[in-house]
Amino acid sequence: MLDWLPLANDFAVSLRAAQQPSAAPDRIANLASLARHRLDFLQILQLDRALRSIGGEAAPEGFRFIRLAVLASATAEHLLPAIRVAGLQRSLWVQAYVSAYGQFRQESIEPSAELLQFSPNAILFAITVPELLGPIRLNAPADEVEEAIAGAIDALRSLWRSVRKTFGASVIQQTFVDGSEPLFGSFDRLVPAAPWRIVATLNARLAEAAAEEGVSLLDIARACERDGREAWFDIRRWLQAKQEIAPQAAPAYGDFLARVLAAQHGLSKKCLVLDLDNTLWSGVVGDDGVEGLTLGNGSAAGEAHLALQRYAKQLKERGIILAVCSKNERTIAEAAVEEHPEMILRMADFAAFRANWDDKVVNLRAIAAELNLGLDSFVFVDDNPAERARVREALPMVSVPELPEDIAGYVSRIAAAGYFEATSFTPEDRDRALQYAANAARDRLRDAIPSVAEFLHSLGMTVTYQPFTKVDLPRVVQLVNKTNQFNLTNRRCNGDEILALIEAAGTISLQFRLTDRFGDNGLVSAMILRRSAQREGVLELDAWVMSCRVFGRELEYEAMSIAVESAHAQGARRIEAEYVPTPKNGVVSELYSRLGFVRSREPSSSPHATRWEMSLEDYVPRQTPITRRRGSP
Amino acid sequence: MNEEEMLKVFGDILGEVLGRDSVPLTMSTRRRDVPDWDSFSYVNFIVAVEMRLGVKFGVAEVESFDSVGAIVRRARALLARA
Repeated sequence: MLDWLPLANDFAVSLRAAQQPSAAPDRIANLASLARHRLDFLQILQLDRALRSIGGEAAPEGFRFIRLAVLASATAEHLLPAIRVAGLQRSLWVQAYVSAYGQFRQESIEPSAELLQFSPNAILFAITVPELLGPIRLNAPADEVEEAIAGAIDALRSLWRSVRKTFGASVIQQTFVDGSEPLFGSFDRLVPAAPWRIVATLNARLAEAAAEEGVSLLDIARACERDGREAWFDIRRWLQAKQEIAPQAAPAYGDFLARVLAAQHGLSKKCLVLDLDNTLWSGVVGDDGVEGLTLGNGSAAGEAHLALQRYAKQLKERGIILAVCSKNERTIAEAAVEEHPEMILRMADFAAFRANWDDKVVNLRAIAAELNLGLDSFVFVDDNPAERARVREALPMVSVPELPEDIAGYVSRIAAAGYFEATSFTPEDRDRALQYAANAARDRLRDAIPSVAEFLHSLGMTVTYQPFTKVDLPRVVQLVNKTNQFNLTNRRCNGDEILALIEAAGTISLQFRLTDRFGDNGLVSAMILRRSAQREGVLELDAWVMSCRVFGRELEYEAMSIAVESAHAQGARRIEAEYVPTPKNGVVSELYSRLGFVRSREPSSSPHATRWEMSLEDYVPRQTPITRRRGSP
Repeated sequence: MNEEEMLKVFGDILGEVLGRDSVPLTMSTRRRDVPDWDSFSYVNFIVAVEMRLGVKFGVAEVESFDSVGAIVRRARALLARA
């Protein structure tokens, strides 16, 4: 397990060296880079101890603060070090709380003072089957089994709702691990109340409930199927210490959970950067020529390369952006991609294509700039261990999987690393890759047209705006939680919270969809204005986010004009707002002043935030090249 | 690995489990002789020894170990058989 991570040479020495610097941020950075190695249970225990010795109640700069409550029916303490260390890898600063043994129900319904004090923002439920579901007689017919399972799932739902109501935290539910042995053998699948079949049905109903309730799953059941139950579960540890997850599997467990947490915070990887020679095909195109490459049917290796291309194409279809970074003559590389008859990936599939003789580090930086994405959202796949080591060394924020010698194992290795974990799948995800390709076309147009203003006019943009709609709510939630750059208040909230907000009297919610002659950019911006409880006629800007895909289109001006009109319509006199700086939202640090806000004398909610206000009477709407259309409800 | 070498390995592992330098152990050391060696870190210690030496102790054995010496003797027997 975790074999996509490189091995640490001499862990003890590295750990000591990592703790040398006296400044905490340096020690944290050192420990984070050590955490990006394949560590075993005992090494993680030590790294975690070093991490905790740094202390600190607040998350260090650049980290999200996760206060995780683990409500488990089995022993879970031994998993916490791995969870914290896996979080560290992904810029998550995890503090963890574990419910007392057997107390997950009480803690959900009537939380202990300790849990209330801890105030989690993420809650993991990990419950064993016998804890949730009483015995079912073996000859029970299917409908009786379904009924019992529906009851158990309903009980679980009420726990989810209860903790959501108390804490407003995101909820993660571990899938049910099958601890049973075959009873009838292959026939188990046909017996509704056979132990294996019960767990299978339970997981199926769990998934339906999770989808309805907006709960994220931690699919350990699937991992057990993939790796074999013995990799995750050790009967001796269950008997000795009631551990449902064996300590040897703790590093993988921590990694699985941290992926889900990262996905919830928009920190999953977004872009897959591929090498060409000996990665997308066998051979060196500059030497062997297009016809000399091994790719496709007729050769086992050729089919393995095709399998990798096919997987990349599937990732693209779910919204992952593809790019190429290769040491090659550009014309030769392009010709191979376009002309080789077996290629699945073609030029149009890549949002960026760098084939030259520069250092790959330079090229990766250039791709990030071109796509307006952070390097920390990149995965770099290259068959050459030297290139991998070079990129890891110079760009530690880029994920670079260790790959097996044999190309046959590439796909499963990349997939196992779980870089692209998601907690939702919206139409915008599906279209994202298309939109990036369209962006590339727009950029070419911009290069052809001298002035920015002319360029923007030539785009023929239309914004469709309306209050949040139910059908678009998942996308709004995703936008609010995943947007790091154009995000003024850095507010994060789940669907329930947004529903509660927009149902409150006087709240203005606005969603914006932008189309242009290259296509639909999708739902790209969302804004919430809340009626101030203290001050009459004042609206407080609660959240405003915009996708980086549409930066520089003047949509922010049009959106503010629309918001001001809505505010007028409900008789407000003033909008107040805060800018809460984060390491990533510098792009909007001057936005309020550009829109006509002035600094407010009122105190801001936190010391580094700045407070702004604008009287609606003083607002001068700016003419933009965007046509408006009110959306139909 | 003779008894002395294995005691040293065990002491190193126990140090890693407890978060301190290598713990000096003898064949007659008992859990209560070592500060903080509670039941939680006992399981961790057993897991770590199994991982590092590539052996597996039975559940009945783990319950019956009454001294470090008993674990050393059992581990050596398992290694000799391998």
